[in-house]
Amino acid sequence: MVLHLALGAWTDRRGATVLAFAAMAPVISTSGLTKRYGQTIGLDGLDLEVTEGEVHGFLGPNGSGKTTTIRILLGLIRADGGEATLFGRDPWSEATDLHRRLAYVPGDVTLWPNLTGGEVIDLLGRMRGGLDTVKRDALLERFDLDPRKKGRTYSKGNRQKVALVAALASNVELLILDEPTAGLDPLMEAEFRACVAEDRNDGRTVLLASHILAEVEALCDRVSIVRAGRTVESGTLADLRHLTRTTISAQVTSDPVSLGVVRGVHDLRIDDHQVDLEVDSDQIGDVLTHLTRLGVVNLASHPPTLEELFMRHYRDET
Amino acid sequence: MKTLVGTGHLIRLIARRDRFRLPVWIVVLALLVIGTASAFIELYPSEAERLVLAKTIVSNPAIVGFLGPLYDTSFGGLTAWRVGVIGSVLVGIMAALTMIRHTRQEEETGRRELLGATVVGRNAPLTASLIVTVAAGLSIGAFCAAGLIGLGLPRSGSVAFGLGYAAVTAVFAGFSGLAAQLTPGAGSAKGIAVGIVGASFLMRLAGDGGASSGLGWLSWLSPIGWFTRLRPFADERWPVLALSVGLTLLATSGAFWLAGRRDVGAGVVQPRLGPASASPSLRSPFGLAWRLHRSSLLGWTVGLSFIGAVYGSLAESVRGFLGDNPQLREIFEQLGGEAGITEAYFATAMGILALIATAYAVRSALRARVEEESLRADPVLATATPRIRWAGSHLVFAVLGPVLILAVAGVVAGFVYGLNIGDVGGQVPRVVEAAMIQIPAVWVVVGVAVVLFGIAPRYSDAIWGVLVAFFLLGQLGRILQFPQWALNLSPFSHVPALPADELTVTPLVVLASLAVVLLATGLVGFQRRDVDG
Repeated sequence: MVLHLALGAWTDRRGATVLAFAAMAPVISTSGLTKRYGQTIGLDGLDLEVTEGEVHGFLGPNGSGKTTTIRILLGLIRADGGEATLFGRDPWSEATDLHRRLAYVPGDVTLWPNLTGGEVIDLLGRMRGGLDTVKRDALLERFDLDPRKKGRTYSKGNRQKVALVAALASNVELLILDEPTAGLDPLMEAEFRACVAEDRNDGRTVLLASHILAEVEALCDRVSIVRAGRTVESGTLADLRHLTRTTISAQVTSDPVSLGVVRGVHDLRIDDHQVDLEVDSDQIGDVLTHLTRLGVVNLASHPPTLEELFMRHYRDET
Repeated sequence: MKTLVGTGHLIRLIARRDRFRLPVWIVVLALLVIGTASAFIELYPSEAERLVLAKTIVSNPAIVGFLGPLYDTSFGGLTAWRVGVIGSVLVGIMAALTMIRHTRQEEETGRRELLGATVVGRNAPLTASLIVTVAAGLSIGAFCAAGLIGLGLPRSGSVAFGLGYAAVTAVFAGFSGLAAQLTPGAGSAKGIAVGIVGASFLMRLAGDGGASSGLGWLSWLSPIGWFTRLRPFADERWPVLALSVGLTLLATSGAFWLAGRRDVGAGVVQPRLGPASASPSLRSPFGLAWRLHRSSLLGWTVGLSFIGAVYGSLAESVRGFLGDNPQLREIFEQLGGEAGITEAYFATAMGILALIATAYAVRSALRARVEEESLRADPVLATATPRIRWAGSHLVFAVLGPVLILAVAGVVAGFVYGLNIGDVGGQVPRVVEAAMIQIPAVWVVVGVAVVLFGIAPRYSDAIWGVLVAFFLLGQLGRILQFPQWALNLSPFSHVPALPADELTVTPLVVLASLAVVLLATGLVGFQRRDVDG
């Protein structure tokens, strides 16, 4: 939605052709990406498209290829096949130039044992091409982080904060965050969400690999779900919800057995006149019509929760 | 005894984790000893030949200082003299690395907490590590003793030899256990533990080398000196073993005492707060590398300067070393008289310093690999830092570090010697030149390390095997009459023996060019490969 607002601003200023162009220009684009590690398959034809100004959720079970994709985008490893571009350029051969425009928070943050957190933040920022010291100090305050401690004395959550502050304090166009809130307490997680929301309002693009559903729901404009190295679903959360099933429980006056033949009905459970079922979201109308004919005494329905959505994709047959 | 619960499980865990590592140590050391003894038997069967051999090698005091005194010219006596000190240093390093790996390193990585939360007593990890390490030392001793007896050498001498190695292992295992309690970082604990082995070596170097000037007592302060003083195959002095046992008990109790007075993960030395923001110099991969390398560069420079000082101070006594031996006099007259013998001495001494400096260089080159494996390379390479600059900033220390170390050590050695003979201005440049001439050979080894890092990173550690092989070729190759092609494998065999020899530039240019090619190959390989994560 915010994406559309941003594009709206574009159209006002430059006209419709710009809208088309802006919508077409992806910050990140991969197609058919493959990567093997010896016998095991890391990526098996992964597609990912992140457009400018959006917060893109990157979801998938452990070991599904999220980190591998990110490391290809960072030019740390080379894909075996398929295409990947970052800002329309080759992430492998133009890594150094591209890295001036992005900041990265790894999933597994290890710090140099004898450097302080403050030193690491400054060092990474300077090597990226400069950091905003005002922003740095504000972030240290917000994340309640003591920058004077040595790397080996930080807890997991605090190491994570060091990496987050280092990334967020840079004025870059793209943030690549690999499970950035792992190990953060709920307060800090809320602070993180606020920061990303601000960055998005500043027009920054964010690729957010995450398992925290509430975080994804709160922040992401679009999500891509990967399984076993392939993209299984990509779109807005509303789109994805639409693809899944709604749960309905109802009490009817007539025998509900005939529901079994209605298209789109799954997991039908009948207990006398009590019915519980799941229905494909695009078939709800037909099912409701049928229920009405059976004489509804009471009815409850709820849309798929995010959990159900993800569980289904994480667990599904390939 | 509740603090020891679970020791048995931990012993099995350690044995499982080190199921390749420890057997390699055991086999290599046993082969070193048995191979040396059988070579002596084959190559120098007659007593007369062995006497000539003893006289020629003993005529180089750098080697005597390095290896300790020769007490007996029997096969066993020669073997104990030839590999006693080298083997003691190696088992000492094995003990240090094994102990720290299973104590402090486990704490630093957090695995210790995983174990600590199960039914494992507080003292169990330290106890288990000590037991496994000492058992490895005993196995090395047993294999050596069995092998030597198998070759027909006297039983008591063989047993003394084996027990000598086991005793050295036990003492250094105890001290390493102590070192593991001091610092929170496994790296610095390893540094301290290996440093103790190095200091023991130095003490006996000064003691044995300076025995004629009344420094012999220094050898009695060194656990490595005790091996020599145990005199395997030369009328064994068994009570010396009691010294090792006593010191082991002392160090071990110290380790347990400290372990009981600190938290898991913490050191005895409490961490302090550091600067909240980076100094202006910390802004590039090189700035980072400087922070990571500076203390180790300083440590190695100081350590090698010490050895240089010892060599320098012993050089003068070398001139009187010829004594009344007319044969030796004749040999050294040909080399240029009394000046010739000190020159040969410095050539050997600087060759040994160069090998130690190479260990520093290799360690610095592999620092890039350590950074990569510990996932600290990723965040740096995800900034606008080209790969070559990142790797290069570590290699600067591998390439220029040994130059600095050898230059300082050479200056110190030359200065001390110059003071003694009243010719500082003349001796410093000569000795420094003898040290610097070794640099191209050091660079070749660095080059091989970088090739491994760039092309076969998983096998980077194999460079240590290469370095040990070069070391043994240089140390044992001639005595054991290896073929010339085998000796030529080591880059150090191509370095002219300055200041005794003429300075021939060709081999140096060839070595340096080879090093450049190797470095470039490795860097190109790294540029093209995946960064491990």
